[in-house]
Amino acid sequence: MKLTEIQIKKIEQHVSAFKDTPGALLPLMHAIQDDLGYVPEDSYPIISKAYNLSIAEIHGFVTFYHHFRTHPVGKNILQVCRAESCQAMGGDEIEMYCKNTLGIDYHQTTDDNAITLEPIYCLGNCACSPAVMINDNVIGRVSKKKIDDIIQMTKEKS
Amino acid sequence: MTSKIYIPIDSTALSLGAEEVYRAILLESKNRNLEIEIVRNGSRGLFFLEPLVEVETNKGRLAYGPVDVSDVPSLFDSEFFLGKSHELSLGLTEEIDWLKKQERLTYARVGITDPIDIIDYEKYDGFKGLKNAIKLDPQLIVKEVTDSGLRGRGGAAFPTGIKWQTVLDTPSEKKYIVCNADEGDSGTYSDRMIMENDPFVLIEGMIIAGIAVGADKGYIYLRSEYPHALAVLNKAINIAKEKNYLGNNILGTNYNFELEVTRAAGAYICGEETSLLESLEGKRGMVRYKPPLPAIEGLYGKPTVVNNVISLATVPIIMDKGAAYYADFGVGRSKGTLPIQLAGNLKKTGLIEKAFGITLKELLYDFGGGSATGKPIKAVQVGGPLGAFLPEAQFDIPLDYEKFSEIKAVVGHGGIVAFDSSADMSKLARYSFEFCAIESCGKCTPCRIGSTRGMEVIDKIKSGKEQEKNIKLLRDLGDTMVDGSLCAMGGMTPFPVISALNFFPQDFGVEKKETSA
Repeated sequence: MKLTEIQIKKIEQHVSAFKDTPGALLPLMHAIQDDLGYVPEDSYPIISKAYNLSIAEIHGFVTFYHHFRTHPVGKNILQVCRAESCQAMGGDEIEMYCKNTLGIDYHQTTDDNAITLEPIYCLGNCACSPAVMINDNVIGRVSKKKIDDIIQMTKEKS
Repeated sequence: MTSKIYIPIDSTALSLGAEEVYRAILLESKNRNLEIEIVRNGSRGLFFLEPLVEVETNKGRLAYGPVDVSDVPSLFDSEFFLGKSHELSLGLTEEIDWLKKQERLTYARVGITDPIDIIDYEKYDGFKGLKNAIKLDPQLIVKEVTDSGLRGRGGAAFPTGIKWQTVLDTPSEKKYIVCNADEGDSGTYSDRMIMENDPFVLIEGMIIAGIAVGADKGYIYLRSEYPHALAVLNKAINIAKEKNYLGNNILGTNYNFELEVTRAAGAYICGEETSLLESLEGKRGMVRYKPPLPAIEGLYGKPTVVNNVISLATVPIIMDKGAAYYADFGVGRSKGTLPIQLAGNLKKTGLIEKAFGITLKELLYDFGGGSATGKPIKAVQVGGPLGAFLPEAQFDIPLDYEKFSEIKAVVGHGGIVAFDSSADMSKLARYSFEFCAIESCGKCTPCRIGSTRGMEVIDKIKSGKEQEKNIKLLRDLGDTMVDGSLCAMGGMTPFPVISALNFFPQDFGVEKKETSA
């Protein structure tokens, strides 16, 4: 997917904003992803030129971190915690329920582009397991009913 | 008279509907024409009672909880805002047994104050430690921290004062303070609670660290899974700057200290200090060889203090009340208090700050109230995903770094995850390898390859394929990973695996005798 003029402009702005920041790649990739929803691979040549890094170095950096995505995502991101505390409270079942209800696996997006499903390893909400995060909101003591509510809410929003 | 009501803004409280409760109380008070002041405080950490709403009275703060939005009209009907009783009344907050039995030093203010109200922070002894520290020679600050017996609360339990001494003794025109806030261990949330509910105490601890070792720049490396903590920290840093606690000539002294938050990007390995430094430098978070220690060659090759959130947040009370006061808590070489986080399958979960020495049994049953499901507790995992699984027979063990290491377990970051009798320990052991495979930085072979081979071997054992041979292989693999890995990721993953096999062989489909190979 080719970048639009606007996207290129935004990437260039972020690249120049962090040019003099030590350890720039980390805040830069966050800025790009926060803005565009993902870090397009087509941004690599722009970064490469401005920061004097090889494309391989940039690719290596982006793919090392689970948080960064190189493909567009849905309007909402549902992250399901897979860590031990959630497993102890039936997290596996919630995981399966999300996959089955949405009809997708992890790292996939529903056909209507409403939800992207992601695994996550601990939300720091372990006192109220199982937990999921919808966009920036953590939901504790999740039940199948609560998952239904979340899905319904995202549908109403879009 | 205006009533003062406290409604928490901590993310676990929010995850249980505290924001909806806040909005409902606000609306109801308007509809009833009542004068009510609402403070968004932190959480006391009694998560089984959240959302916990408090009302200020002349006898102290009264608690009501757990409050659901549907309870709000009846709370108003019974005039809870005047401190009158309701079926959700819990009495005086400070008198709630769960809280009363704790020893809150690092968490002295947590849940009491409005997290980003710096006046509130100062009122409750905030910045007293810093004000003492700026009068002292840096060497004396380091000595105080060393004498307190404080050890790294992130998990490695290395004496904080010794680390600081190394940085102080290493001459350099530039030094750094790095706060490891990449709290990735499952079952832990104490760092998050400090950052969301009392951010100034972390800031104060980092300023003191900077003064002590001669560093003028600090970074908080914060995991990306904590968006709420990020917002709170950034607000608090700006307020501290305005008040001249940060910036140049702090409080009229010659000390300067700049602080910023860097968002991590979801790599568990970046909780390992050298990997964290690589990441901060804008690279892949590949673990470095040690030596050199980060205290000598750390961030950008400069001497760097890398401390966990809780270690740094404990420094202010040590500098306020003195090393002896802090060291008086605890047992043996485990001095002071530990924020213990109860998680997983327990009736009453939450944060308990207690002096070292309390037993698992007391924590699981007296505080935790047993399992949430009512089934027997089968095992607990202490210290995150790299900690051993402990069976009921070991629940008498006191929380003490040395006592835990005697049984090949770790206190770690103080998280305790409980599992009831329905847990399949072989599945959890397999998950330990899977997690290691997902999160390994890939630099050393035992961790990178061993984790995947480990999953395969467990699958073979479970399917009954050459069990005796494969159990021996699994143990060999464990030894190789423990002895041959570069860092704790590969070096400790065998702890949960082998402990699961030792204590719960039946879950792997094998008889006890075969596992002792």
